[in-house]
Amino acid sequence: MPATYEPIATTTLGSNSTNVTFSSIPQTYTDLVVVINAYCVSATAMDIAWRANSDSANNYSGTRFMSDSSPYTDRSSNTNAGNAVAIFNDWSVTRAYFMNYSNTTTYKTALLRSDAKGYAVYSGVTMWRSTSAISSLEFIQPFGQSGQYASGSTFTLYGIKAA
Amino acid sequence: MSPITELVGGAKAYGWGNLSTSATAFESIATYTSTGSSGDIVFSSIPSNYSHLQIRGILRTNDTGSFNNQALRFNGDTASNYALHRLRGDGTNGAANATVNIGSINDFMRAPGTGVSSNIFAAAIIDILDYANTNKFKTIRVFNGVDDNGSGQIILTSGLWRNTNAITTITITPSGGTAITGSTLALYGIKAAA
Repeated sequence: MPATYEPIATTTLGSNSTNVTFSSIPQTYTDLVVVINAYCVSATAMDIAWRANSDSANNYSGTRFMSDSSPYTDRSSNTNAGNAVAIFNDWSVTRAYFMNYSNTTTYKTALLRSDAKGYAVYSGVTMWRSTSAISSLEFIQPFGQSGQYASGSTFTLYGIKAA
Repeated sequence: MSPITELVGGAKAYGWGNLSTSATAFESIATYTSTGSSGDIVFSSIPSNYSHLQIRGILRTNDTGSFNNQALRFNGDTASNYALHRLRGDGTNGAANATVNIGSINDFMRAPGTGVSSNIFAAAIIDILDYANTNKFKTIRVFNGVDDNGSGQIILTSGLWRNTNAITTITITPSGGTAITGSTLALYGIKAAA
């Protein structure tokens, strides 16, 4: 039985950073999973924003549902990155699921969950309005925000392959 | 490879009939890929040698409307043995609701219909826990979302099947009867340490 859930790449930040990129992503999997263990510096919080294939046009949108002490939902449209979950000044665990990332007939949907210790829990969905296969993923500092991913934060990319 | 899925309506699916003794903990069992024909999505003859099951994929149907209910059943049971609890946000309103004594885990996920822009599919991850245990009722959890650039749904669901039988068949009934081309759902098995 071939392995179906495999690590592809891991980045551990050696210094504070506003950007982490996975490039040359193989097209041989069905889904991608990115596990992010990070906390935010230079601000009290920041959204985890992502772009595919370096597309910085306003081709992204999202809907999220979160709770700190009370539930809250909002959405975004025509943004230049997908952002639906956030991290704070303590270690957070975020999982981003990029479903059927290599097909060339559908727009790409990513599901995201973030558990920010002591702050909030997030669930979100983001859409990239492109039928292109995802060959690179970039996690960035959202426009208008000043937070950075702290040194020691880890970003691990996995591939899941269906039969 | 031998087919282990039975799909109504001509959709294609193939799985591995002979499972190895590999130490791999997360294994692909079968994949459904829509051909646009109507019919239920059925994973049948599910082997019992895993600890948990997971279904992952994207779905869109030919139903009218925007974000439509989908239904899930186990082992062909259509009696009122199911229940559902759910948290749902649409960007404007957050809601929690429960439904009990129903004939399926109805509305276990939502998928776009013809009222949503083309090329947009819902994504879902469905975990079916301890599915082969014959001493417990069966619990699932679902993480589902879809976004249409100005409207959307993000949903966390738990579902219950009040039956102690091992799950051997999973049936997903698309709203409107048809999962359109591009829809694909993959069934995986997750093993625990021996």
